[in-house]
Amino acid sequence: MEACWQCGHPQHESLFCQFCNSLQRPTPDYYRFLGLERKLSLDSKDLQNRFYNLSRLLHPDRYLRRTPKERQYSLEATAILNDAYRVLRDHVLRAEYVLKEEGFNIGEQRSENVPPELLEEVFELNLALEELRGGDSSARPQLCEAYARFVAMQDEADNRLSELFRRYDTTGDREALAEVRGVLNRRKYIRNLVSEVEKELAASAA
Amino acid sequence: MSPMFQIDFGRPVRSRVVGIDLGTTNSLVAYMDLTSPKVIPDPGGSLIVPSVVSLSGAGELVAGNEGRQMLLTDPERTVYSVKRLMGKGAADVQDELQLFPFHIASASDAVIQIELGDRTFTPPEISAQILRQLKSNAEAYFGERVTQAVITVPAYFNDAQRQATKDAGRIAGLEVLRLVNEPTAAALAYGLDKRKEGVVAVYDLGGGTFDISILKLHQGIFEVLATNGDTHLGGDDIDNLLLRIALEDTATEWGEDLSTNHEAIQLLRRAVIEAKEQLSTVPVTSIRLEYHGKKYERELTRELFEQLITPIVDRTLAPCRNCIHDAGLNVEQIDEVVLVGGSTRIPLVRQAVEKLFRAKPHTELNPEQVVALGAAVQAAILAGDVTDKLLLDVTPLSLGIETMGGVVSKLIHRNSTIPASATEVFTTAVEGQRNVLIHVVQGERELARDCRSLARFDLKDIDPMPAGMARIEVRFLIDANGILNVTARDIRTGKEQSMEVKPSYGLTDEQVEAMIRESIDLAEEDFKARQVREAQVEADTILAAVERARDNEAWLELDDEERSRIERAVNELLMAYHADDHLLIRAQIDKLNTVTMKLAENMMNTAVRSALKGTKI
Ligand SMILES: [Zn+2]
Repeated sequence: MEACWQCGHPQHESLFCQFCNSLQRPTPDYYRFLGLERKLSLDSKDLQNRFYNLSRLLHPDRYLRRTPKERQYSLEATAILNDAYRVLRDHVLRAEYVLKEEGFNIGEQRSENVPPELLEEVFELNLALEELRGGDSSARPQLCEAYARFVAMQDEADNRLSELFRRYDTTGDREALAEVRGVLNRRKYIRNLVSEVEKELAASAA
Repeated sequence: MSPMFQIDFGRPVRSRVVGIDLGTTNSLVAYMDLTSPKVIPDPGGSLIVPSVVSLSGAGELVAGNEGRQMLLTDPERTVYSVKRLMGKGAADVQDELQLFPFHIASASDAVIQIELGDRTFTPPEISAQILRQLKSNAEAYFGERVTQAVITVPAYFNDAQRQATKDAGRIAGLEVLRLVNEPTAAALAYGLDKRKEGVVAVYDLGGGTFDISILKLHQGIFEVLATNGDTHLGGDDIDNLLLRIALEDTATEWGEDLSTNHEAIQLLRRAVIEAKEQLSTVPVTSIRLEYHGKKYERELTRELFEQLITPIVDRTLAPCRNCIHDAGLNVEQIDEVVLVGGSTRIPLVRQAVEKLFRAKPHTELNPEQVVALGAAVQAAILAGDVTDKLLLDVTPLSLGIETMGGVVSKLIHRNSTIPASATEVFTTAVEGQRNVLIHVVQGERELARDCRSLARFDLKDIDPMPAGMARIEVRFLIDANGILNVTARDIRTGKEQSMEVKPSYGLTDEQVEAMIRESIDLAEEDFKARQVREAQVEADTILAAVERARDNEAWLELDDEERSRIERAVNELLMAYHADDHLLIRAQIDKLNTVTMKLAENMMNTAVRSALKGTKI
């Protein structure tokens, strides 16, 4: 337990000292900072309200006439708040954050590591992409079809993630987290394909 | 006055915070009146200070209208559009330098050195002179010192450009409490939060830069969702386009190439700007120039003008579309559009904006004043006078570090709400390595060489140990001004890691300090010069009085010695007159006063006598 830098009163992880009301050194933990339990499913409206309310309380614009120490804490706290809001409102970034905090290694998903069940489809897709880049627009319909299929796969992955999020939130089951990591890797791979096809289709249409 | 009669407002007296729009073409200073922001006029009543700085014959920098006047008489000693040079290296600006009448020193590298007469100035020093002018206008208006300001910058300004603006403020003797993005300031000035909720696009086409920002309004919070722009696109480009046409015309018609004649170019530039501005209200006008007895006139219709500038207007559209996309919105979700910057007076620009956003843009506020007014609102927020509004802005460019093979690893993505931060842990690659060099860049490209180099951080004095054992945590934090702060910590010891920062562009802290000292010296010199002038004026008065007294009969009443004492004192005062020493001048004035005491007495008596003579008793 830390003591207030200003009055020395013991603190219980609150942003402000309950006794002298001075701003305290902020915790770097996104969930604790926002006063949330570490859950994978979050209510986005509630998150947004917390973000706005804390911005009003912590923003450096509000601390210009305060002591250098409080100004520094305000800057650090607002940076953590903004970082936390950016990460926690996005379900993929949020899941990655929780995995990392729970000690899972989430290295970069490498494009060479094609999920085995997608091997054949990706091979076909690359051929079609090559043709399109080579100026052969007859590959367009095939690509559009593949695009729709991959988007559907991405939605499927998101649905699976929601299920796993709920399971982890109710049971705290680490197996669920391990599975989340697998789905995230697959989703990331699909996401890259989707944006690549999107880019090529837009380029050939222009 | 006795303290009894002083009104106690219950809080300590605070210095006023002003809002400054430091523009490419014009600059303004504003403040928050009781309820609304107001632009502060100069002592002559003008609201606009031209962003022009000139080195006078006496070796003083002058800004504003005086500088603008000298653009015609002394173009080679005059700088305009200096904002385009802020935070740039010499190699960045080769193209536009051809159009400028001033030269830059060949030694320019990380910071441009502008040559005026036999002196050189950096862009922040030139900008500081404009700021000094605005500061002094505000001080004259309030009758009190002004030392704190909010200054606006284009939203798309990078770190070096922001730092250069902050440096300019410091050199001018202003504490820059915040740099605010121009489109965001405009949204604040419009008070659009009165409608409480909604999404607003701000289209800002100024003299030299273009910005587009999309904001979400929520109960007094102005949350920028995305921003985009081009720091090299503005009304100047339109002027240059028309200028080139006029130069070609005069070359054929007069058989004379005016492009190296700076005086003629400045006259021609004024002529094309006038024509451009007229075409916003009339369908046809002319570019007219009279120069050394020769006349040039070209008719210009709005239709042709619009054809000419269409490529420039079109260049603003892609950033707008990208911005809408980055905000995660469709164009239908944008409720309102605000126009900012003098160039948005052009009907074609308004049409293009209306067509793209499918909404009639707001133009109620003067597009040249709206940014300064917004800066004043932000100044009041920082001063604690306005508490129901809050700006949440974003960083316009991604921040990354160079990794193996020159590839950029992004740490903070563009459009992240600021302050924003990222932490990276660095280690050593070989045994006993004492230094780790971190190259920080800004931009969206994959390779570091295609991004803007920001600075190199050298982590120094790392304890020698086997490769990969050192663990140094580096925290990158972009503050609310959009400026990067870097701190480093040795994870093993918990101690602060020493490091050296080499900014790629811009002034070092030491250079800024030296410039501040120099400007204080200059202010001291100015003060001294004024004291000398005041003493000289006083000397003039007494010398003239002595001359007049020689015709008075009182002069004849003095004896020879009294007269020669006066002559001696007059001569001594004349000698001291040009000595640049106000104390010496004053001492001689006192002496002359003493030796003319008898004379003054005599004159008084003479006057009384003659008055009595003329009066019948
Ligand atoms: Zn306390």
